Amino acid sequence: MTSPGAELAGKADFPPSSSRLEKLVAALLWAIPARGGPKRQVALRLTGRLPWAQFQLTVPVSVVFAEGVLPKEQAQAQAQETEIPLNAKTSVVSRYDVSFRHATSQEQAFLSQTSVQEADKGLRPVEGLPVGSLAIYVIPPSSLLLPQEMGMYIGRHRSAFLRAPRGAEDVLGALNARMQQLIQAMSFTTETLVEALADRVPLGQPGAEWKRPFKSSLGYEITFSLLNPDPKAHDVHWDIEGALERYVKPLLEKLSPVAEFSVDSQILYYAALGVTPRFDAGSSSYTLSVQSLPHVINPVEARLGSSASSLYPVLNFLLYVPERLHSPLYIRGKDGAAVPTNAFHSPRWGGIMVYNVEPEAANETSLPRRVDIDMVRVMKVFLAQLRLLFGISSGPAPEGALMESPGNEGLADWELDGLLWARTVENVATVSTTLTSLAQLLDKIGNIVIKDDVALEVCRAVESAQQAMAELSQGHLGPAFQASKAAATSSERAFFDPSLLHLLYFPDDQKFAIYIPLFLPMAVPILLSLAKMLWEKKQRQKEPTKMD
Amino acid sequence: MWPPPSSSAPAGTRTCSAGAGFWRTRSWGQPYLQAPAGAELWVWFQDTVSDVDKAWNDLSNILSGIFCASLNFIDSTNTIIPTASFKPLGLVNVTDHRFLRYAILPREVVCTENLTPWKKLLPCSSKAGLAVLLKAERLFHSSYHSQAVHIRPICRDKSCLSLSWELRQILTVVFDSFASAQGKKDWSFLKIFSRTLTEACPLASQSKVYVDISSKTEEQELLDVSPAPLSVYEASVQGDRRTYAVYDLLNPALFNTSRNLNVLLKWKRPQDNLGLAVPVLHAQRYVSGYGLQTGEISTLVYNTHPYRAFPVLLLETVPWYLRLYIHTLTIITKGKENKPSYIHYQPAQDRKRPHLLEMLIQLPANSVTKINIQFERALLKWTEYTPDPNHGFYVSPSVLSALVPSTIAIKEEDEEIKPLFASLFPSFDGSSYFVRLYTEPLLVNLPTPDFSMPYNVICLTCTVVAVCYGSFYNLLTRTFHVEEPKRGGLAKRLANIIRKMRGVPPL
Repeated sequence: MTSPGAELAGKADFPPSSSRLEKLVAALLWAIPARGGPKRQVALRLTGRLPWAQFQLTVPVSVVFAEGVLPKEQAQAQAQETEIPLNAKTSVVSRYDVSFRHATSQEQAFLSQTSVQEADKGLRPVEGLPVGSLAIYVIPPSSLLLPQEMGMYIGRHRSAFLRAPRGAEDVLGALNARMQQLIQAMSFTTETLVEALADRVPLGQPGAEWKRPFKSSLGYEITFSLLNPDPKAHDVHWDIEGALERYVKPLLEKLSPVAEFSVDSQILYYAALGVTPRFDAGSSSYTLSVQSLPHVINPVEARLGSSASSLYPVLNFLLYVPERLHSPLYIRGKDGAAVPTNAFHSPRWGGIMVYNVEPEAANETSLPRRVDIDMVRVMKVFLAQLRLLFGISSGPAPEGALMESPGNEGLADWELDGLLWARTVENVATVSTTLTSLAQLLDKIGNIVIKDDVALEVCRAVESAQQAMAELSQGHLGPAFQASKAAATSSERAFFDPSLLHLLYFPDDQKFAIYIPLFLPMAVPILLSLAKMLWEKKQRQKEPTKMD
Repeated sequence: MWPPPSSSAPAGTRTCSAGAGFWRTRSWGQPYLQAPAGAELWVWFQDTVSDVDKAWNDLSNILSGIFCASLNFIDSTNTIIPTASFKPLGLVNVTDHRFLRYAILPREVVCTENLTPWKKLLPCSSKAGLAVLLKAERLFHSSYHSQAVHIRPICRDKSCLSLSWELRQILTVVFDSFASAQGKKDWSFLKIFSRTLTEACPLASQSKVYVDISSKTEEQELLDVSPAPLSVYEASVQGDRRTYAVYDLLNPALFNTSRNLNVLLKWKRPQDNLGLAVPVLHAQRYVSGYGLQTGEISTLVYNTHPYRAFPVLLLETVPWYLRLYIHTLTIITKGKENKPSYIHYQPAQDRKRPHLLEMLIQLPANSVTKINIQFERALLKWTEYTPDPNHGFYVSPSVLSALVPSTIAIKEEDEEIKPLFASLFPSFDGSSYFVRLYTEPLLVNLPTPDFSMPYNVICLTCTVVAVCYGSFYNLLTRTFHVEEPKRGGLAKRLANIIRKMRGVPPL
C-alpha cells in the first residue's frame, strides 16, 4: 500500500517530517489560505509514494474465571501481539488485551445454571459490551453448562464460554491456544483481513473467495425481483412485503450501523434467462450446468432496471420461476448432482434462485395456474446469500465449539463486530488509495487548482483516517469505524470534485502548438546564426592550414 | 425500473414526453395527446418536499438516466413555474404553484435509445400484446413520432381509501402511407409495422385496436376494413362523431379464422381531396425581422368555430438571450386590439432563468389572433455557444391550453367502462373538450463570432513579432566592418592600363 506524500510546487524546501501522512496534512493546511482571508488558490503537487500502513488492531478481551477454576490469584492482565504480514509494505499487528478476573457472585449464579442459552442471556450486561470487545467465561471442567464433548460455546452476543482443561497445573498455559482460537473466530482472522484488503492492496494471487463480498460503501440498494417468463402458464404471487418485514428488516436493522439500506421489489414478466436449459432424460427434468451460469445474468440484467436513482451499489436477488416448458429446472454442480437450494450467487452482484412450480395434476388444465411462492424457503436462501455477499462468513467454527444460532435478527453481535473490523480496515485502505490516485493526478498536471473545499476534504479525510487508526490501536472499534467512514466519504468527495476533472486543463503540448507561429519564425534567425557560427568556426580552423 | 414515487422523489404527478417531428394540426387534425418537438418534463411535487429545486434537479437526472435522454440539461435557465397552464393530474390537492416545475428542451431528438427503455416499462415488454408492433426501425421511418409517460395518483378502488400510482405510456406515430406506398393510401399492419398481432398480453385486462372508419357522409362508404370488425364503437371525439372498428385481442373469436390479426384498410375509390376538417383551434408561430440585433416573435392563433368564442391560455417560454420588450406586446384580433384578461410575466435574468409569459386571451368566433412581441438578441460569452452555433438557437414551443366548445353534444364516457376514451378525450359539461397544443419550436440566429479569430490573431501577431524579432536579432548580433574594395574588376584594370600609358599612378 502506498500513501501520498505531499510537496508544494515551487516551494521545494518543505519542512521534512517523519510521516508522509503528516506531511500531506501539513501541505494541505499550508495550501488552505487563512480562513476568512483573501481567497487564494494554491497549486499543490503531491509527490512520492512511500509505504506505510501499519495497522494495529486491538481487541479488548476480559476473561472471567468461574469459581474453582483458578486455585489462587495467579493471573494478571497480559497483552499478546502477533504480526500478520500481508505483503512487503503492509502488515497488520493484532493485539489482544486480555484482562483476567474472577466471576462475581452474580455471574457465578448464572454460570452454575444448566442452560447455556440462559447463562449467555443473563451474563450480558444491560447495555451490552462495547462494540469490538469480548468476554470469555472459563467454566470448570465438570460444568454441566456444555455437553461433555464440547469445549467451547460462542453465544449470540459478545461472550463465549470455555471449558477449563481437566487436571492441568498451569490452567492459563493450557487455555492459551484455545483462547486465541476463540478470539480469532469472534473478531478477525488473517483471512478476513486479507479479504477486506484484497481490492486495495496488491497481495499476490487473490483467491476466488476474496472477490465475493461487496465493497465497503455508505449505502446499498437491495432489489428483490420475481421473474416470470411465462405469464400465460403461471400466475405467480409472492408476499414480498410480509417477508421483508419478517426476515429482511431485522437483519438490516442490525446492520444499520454499517450502511444505509433501501429495499424494493418488482415483478418482471417475459424475462427469460440467457441460457436454454438442457433436457435430462434420466430425471425428466431440465438442468443448468455450472458452466452455463455466468451467461444467465447478462440478458436478465437488461430488464432489471437501472440504478440511476442512486449512487450506491445494488444487490439483486432474483427468484426465477421457470417456464412451463422448461420445468422442473435444476442447477447442477460440478459433480453433476443437483444443488439442494437450487440457487447460486454471483459475487458482488446478487443471487438467483430457481423456484420450480409443483407439477400440475392431470385433471388440472386451466391456464394460467395460480402459484403462491413459499416465502420462507425463498428468504432462507436469499438471507444466506445476503450474508455471504456482505462478507459475514461465520467461517468454520473452531474444533469442539458450539455456536448459538444468530436468532431472529440473523446476525450475532460478534459477527457484526467481525464485519466492522474488516470494513474499518478496508475503509482506511480505500482512503489511502483514493488519496494516492489524487496525488498521482496532481503529479501529472502541475498547474491543477485545488480549491479550498477540496483541500479541506482531503485534510478531513487524512485526519479521520488517522483517528480511525488511533482508535483501532486502542481497541475502540465503534468510533474507529465511524471515523473511517467519515474519512472514506471525505476522500471520495475530494476525488470526485468536478473541479479536478483533468480534461479541464490543457496539456502543455497543446499550448505549445498554439504558439508555434511565434516560435517557428523566431527560431529561424537563431538557427541560421547558429549555423553561420558553426561554419565560421570551421573556416577559422581551416585558415591556419591554408596559411601554411 | 421506474423510481418509486414515494421513496426517491416525492413527485405528485409527472409527465415526461419527447417528440420528433411536428404535429401538423391543420392538415392532420387535432392531436390526441400532442407532445412538443423536443423533450418536455413537468412535475407537481408533493407539498411535503422542502427543497423543490433540488428534488427537480435530482428527478430530471434520474429520468435522464432511465430514458437515455438529455433531460439532465434541465437547469434553472430553462425551468419555469407556470401559474395557470398546468393543473395536477389525479388525486392531488396541491394547487400551490411553487411545487410545479416545467421545462422543455427543444433541441432534444427522440430516437431508438429512448424507445427501448420506454418499451421496457410495459408489463409484457415488447414480447406479447400490442407492443410487438413497436419495431423501432419502422416507427422512426415516419412523419411524426412522440412518446410520453404520465404518472399520477389515483384511487385504488371505489372506496378510495388508499392510493395507487397510475403509469400511462403514450406513443403517437404518424405514417404517411401516401408517400411511402407510391400514391396508394391503403395500409395494413404488415405494411406499416412489418408485424402482425397474434395474442394479447396475458396481463392485460383490455387490449383493443381501434380503427377510425368514420366517413364524412353517411350514405357513402369510403373505406373497407378487413377482417370485418366484430364490433363497432361510436364516440364523440374532440367535437366530432367518430366511428371505430374495434378488434378486441382478448376475444378468442378474433383468432378463429386466422391465427394472426393483420388489419387491412382499403379505400373504395381513389380520393383526391380528403382533407380532414380543419380543427377548431390551431396555431402557428414564426420569427420575423431582419438583421442580427432585433426581431419579432409572432404567434397566430386560429379559432375556426363558426359561432362560439372561447378563451385560450398561452404560455411562452423564451430563453434569456432573447431580451423581450414586453411593452411591444400587441394582440390583434380582426384588426382590433384584444386585451388579455389575465397576464403573468416574469422577466428573465441573464444566465439564470428564462422569460415566462402567460396570458388568457379571448378568441372571438371565426377569427385569427396575432400576438407580436419584439426582442433583442443578446451577445453570449464565447463558452456559452453550442457546438454548432451557426445552426441557430432553439426557442421552445409555446403551449396553448383551451376548453374548446364542441359543435355537437358530447357523450360522457364512463371511466370504468371506457378508460381510454374517458382519459384521452375528457369532456366538460358535455359541451366542451380540453385541448393542449404546442406550436412549432423556433430557430433564432444569434450574432455568432468567428470562433477561429483568436487563433488567427495569435498567428498574425506572432508572425509580426517574429519578423521584428528577427531583424532586431540580426541588428544586435551582426558585426559590421568596412569592406576593402577588391582589386579585381575589368573596368579598374582597363583604367589602370590607360593610366600607365598616361604615366599617372594607378588607382
